[in-house]
Amino acid sequence: MTTNEYTVALAGNPNTGKSTLFNVLTGLSQHTGNWPGKTVVYAEGFFTYNHNRYKMVDLPGTYSLYSNSADEEVARNFIIFGKPDVTIVVLDATALERNLNLALQVLEMTSSVIVCLNLMDEAKKKGIRIDAGKLAEKLGVPVVPISARNKEGIDALLKTIDAMVCGKIKTKPIVVRYSPEIEQCMEKLIPRVKEVIGDAYPARWVALRLLDGDMSLLHAFYKLFPSKKEATVYACDGSAKSI
Amino acid sequence: MPSVKLQRLSEAEEGEHFRIEKLDIKDGTMKRRLLDLGFVPGCEIIVLQKSPLGDPTAYRVSNTTIALRKEESDHIYGERICDDNK
Ligand SMILES: Nc1nc2c(ncn2[C@@H]2O[C@H](COP(=O)(O)OP(=O)(O)OP(=O)(O)O)[C@@H](O)[C@H]2O)c(=O)[nH]1
Ligand SMILES: [Mg+2]
Repeated sequence: MTTNEYTVALAGNPNTGKSTLFNVLTGLSQHTGNWPGKTVVYAEGFFTYNHNRYKMVDLPGTYSLYSNSADEEVARNFIIFGKPDVTIVVLDATALERNLNLALQVLEMTSSVIVCLNLMDEAKKKGIRIDAGKLAEKLGVPVVPISARNKEGIDALLKTIDAMVCGKIKTKPIVVRYSPEIEQCMEKLIPRVKEVIGDAYPARWVALRLLDGDMSLLHAFYKLFPSKKEATVYACDGSAKSI
Repeated sequence: MPSVKLQRLSEAEEGEHFRIEKLDIKDGTMKRRLLDLGFVPGCEIIVLQKSPLGDPTAYRVSNTTIALRKEESDHIYGERICDDNK
């Protein structure tokens, strides 16, 4: 039996139970790692399920992924450049409104997403009922209710991860539409972005970040591409500004 | 329904509820950050506690406690809802 290794990242707002879920899945076999060049630490751990080996990465909790802080930059760079096979967005089921903001940001960055509704026990206590099926339909990705601390729903989550890496789940992430003005700019910018960075990165998301003047992302791309490409990345930024 | 005069979040007192109407902020990064933290038009927040010097102030926003400085709360406009109205 062949064994494949997959990377699964855990993203979410602070205090939503990411590390708790991480520990449930990996046992105590975790160690901490440094994202190159950064002092911010994230934890890495491993587990095996259905003959596949998984590397779990516990990202710092953030309210956003626009890299307003070192934590946000670490989480964002991992999702974009680390290219995890699956990104699990851990949401606090008792505060969905706030948590969905980050979920939507992640869905703009990658389509291999599983939304995990954690703290379902708390939600039940508070009389909050969530139609996970309906939410999955709206978001276009699987939604799995769990209670990490009580180890509830973990089996269903593992099955979903397994099905996703085996290609048995086709996701269709919701696309957030912006004002006509922004959408028009994007229409012009996206082909340019694809020319420069290829299909390996989410062009729509990159275009949005460029329109927003996101210099830290631009710098991350400079580092990634050989110097000859710098000019083109600059050109891309230039055309973003001129649009 | 009578129209209400909008007030700044920074004017709300401890214990008061406040319904956010708009964020009047030119600085895109600050606006984005406040929205990400949950200071979204339409939502109701609670003024938890002012620090001894009056700044920053802690707010209850969508189930989380978040502290803002006056330079941030000055730009958030809405309606103060005093507790006896509740
Ligand atoms: N009731 C309940 N509490 C939980 C559950 N999962 C986690 N918690 C608690 O929530 C708190 C935060 O959990 P963490 O796992 O540290 O959260 P985190 O997302 O890693 O937090 P950051 O690393 O700060 O972003 C802890 O006190 C956990 O015990 C759950 O399913 N139900
Ligand atoms: Mg943690």
